[in-house]
Amino acid sequence: MISNSDDRLVMHPKSPQPQKIKLRNPSLSRYMIIGVITSLVLITVYTLTHLNTANVKIGEAFRGLMMTLNQMFLQPSAGSDGIVMLLQALGISLLLSIMTTVIGAVVGFVLAVMASKNLTNAWLGGSIRIFMAVIRAIPTIIWVLIFSIVCGLGTNAAVLGLSFHSIAYLTKAYSESIEEIDQSTIEALKVTGSKFWVVVFQAIWPTIIASLVSWTFIRLEINFANAVAVGAAAGAGGIGYQLYVASGMSFDFHEVGMIVYLIIAVTILLEFIAVKLRKAYIAK
Amino acid sequence: MQTPVNYLARKHWKQTGAIVLIGGIYLLSSWILKFDGLSGIIAIPKAFSWLGVNFKPTANSVHFLPSIWQKLIGTVMLAIASTVVASLIAILVAIMGSKVTGGSSLVQTIVRGIASFFRNIPLVAWAMILLFSFKQSDFTGFLALLLMSVGYLIRAFMEIIEDEASETMLALKATGASYFQVIFQAVLPQIMPSLISWILYMIENNVRDATLVGILTGTGIGFVFDIYYKSFRFDAAGMTVLSIILVVIALEVLSNQIRKVIL
Repeated sequence: MISNSDDRLVMHPKSPQPQKIKLRNPSLSRYMIIGVITSLVLITVYTLTHLNTANVKIGEAFRGLMMTLNQMFLQPSAGSDGIVMLLQALGISLLLSIMTTVIGAVVGFVLAVMASKNLTNAWLGGSIRIFMAVIRAIPTIIWVLIFSIVCGLGTNAAVLGLSFHSIAYLTKAYSESIEEIDQSTIEALKVTGSKFWVVVFQAIWPTIIASLVSWTFIRLEINFANAVAVGAAAGAGGIGYQLYVASGMSFDFHEVGMIVYLIIAVTILLEFIAVKLRKAYIAK
Repeated sequence: MQTPVNYLARKHWKQTGAIVLIGGIYLLSSWILKFDGLSGIIAIPKAFSWLGVNFKPTANSVHFLPSIWQKLIGTVMLAIASTVVASLIAILVAIMGSKVTGGSSLVQTIVRGIASFFRNIPLVAWAMILLFSFKQSDFTGFLALLLMSVGYLIRAFMEIIEDEASETMLALKATGASYFQVIFQAVLPQIMPSLISWILYMIENNVRDATLVGILTGTGIGFVFDIYYKSFRFDAAGMTVLSIILVVIALEVLSNQIRKVIL
């Protein structure tokens, strides 16, 4: 007997199976991003679970930290050194950073011209770039410590150490800006028979002046931070040394607060100048 | 009226002025700082020949290699961990504070203020304050690097969001997607490559800064270098510096390769 419920007779309408819309194309870039994130997170988890905390009770330590921060930021005072001396030290650190940036910019520009792929032969450029990469890989503080053996602890070592790192950093930054220049600009001048340095100062210099200025100011900010750090860790003087003494020897956290406020004031001022200058050069 | 002669004369004066200004800054600051330029220049070849003689790895310094590498790898991992945790915090804060995805202008101002404050407190101050409460441990170094990186990354991430994600965001918003859908489907995927590029840069930077933090707080590779340096075992100190150079350059090359693929 044939009934309606017979499976063979009732046509089940086939609902159209929606084609899955592919949201993303598999690409190497995507796998790379996933891979990098996964490995970074795995390393982080491993490191944090194996961290040596030297048996410090975290809760207690945080309470202590809060007390210290309270002393620093809410009750700053010039302490035993007096505000005049702190300002003097601040001035020394600032001068140190300005001077090393000037040295770094001048020497760095010359080296950058010699290292840029579109200006010099590959051999000279390559060797300068490798040398600079090695110098950059050594932290500033180690440079200062090395120089302090040869010329004694003090300003000379600090100036040399900071300049060395600035030169290496700015050479890379400048030569990257130079390499972005349109090759035709350079060739147009070369065709007229201009000498090498004429090309540099008439074609390259005006084209990259904006990025030159902004890189130099970025380095000035870094150098100020480094000048503070070097003063503290290598005893090279300036506000960093005062900071080190106040926080590591006399434990006067009111004075530490004052010093930190002074340093923040200078860095914000530097940032402000940098923003204004960048706007002025971009508008030109 | 502007004539070529006029223009060139003015340009000439401008150039002379710039050279005088730069020279003046140099002379004035070297006078105040009592920096002796000549002896400084002489010191450079001296320093390099000293390096060549004293920092040269000897058969003896190979003994130190295992302990140096152990500390160095620990330092790199610490730098990675602090950067990753810092970037997790920074991305949350940056989403709250950026002009496109953020809350009210009050929230934005507060976030900007906090980021600038954290960024500008010197690393030395963080290291010393934390050393006082957390003693000589890896955790101190971790926290110092973390607090420093957070300020930088918040600023960088906010700029990335504002530069790259605003158009995609508008497109998704127009379809009626909710705030969190917009964040997770448009903003985050869009900025991910730049985000990773910045994180890699920050890791490189933190490895270098970890040396400084290590010297101050007595942890990691900085501490190892400091000990060898202060006890005049220069061959071991040289070995440490060589290892740092190798690792930093390897990291730089690796992250440049990753950048080439993802950007």
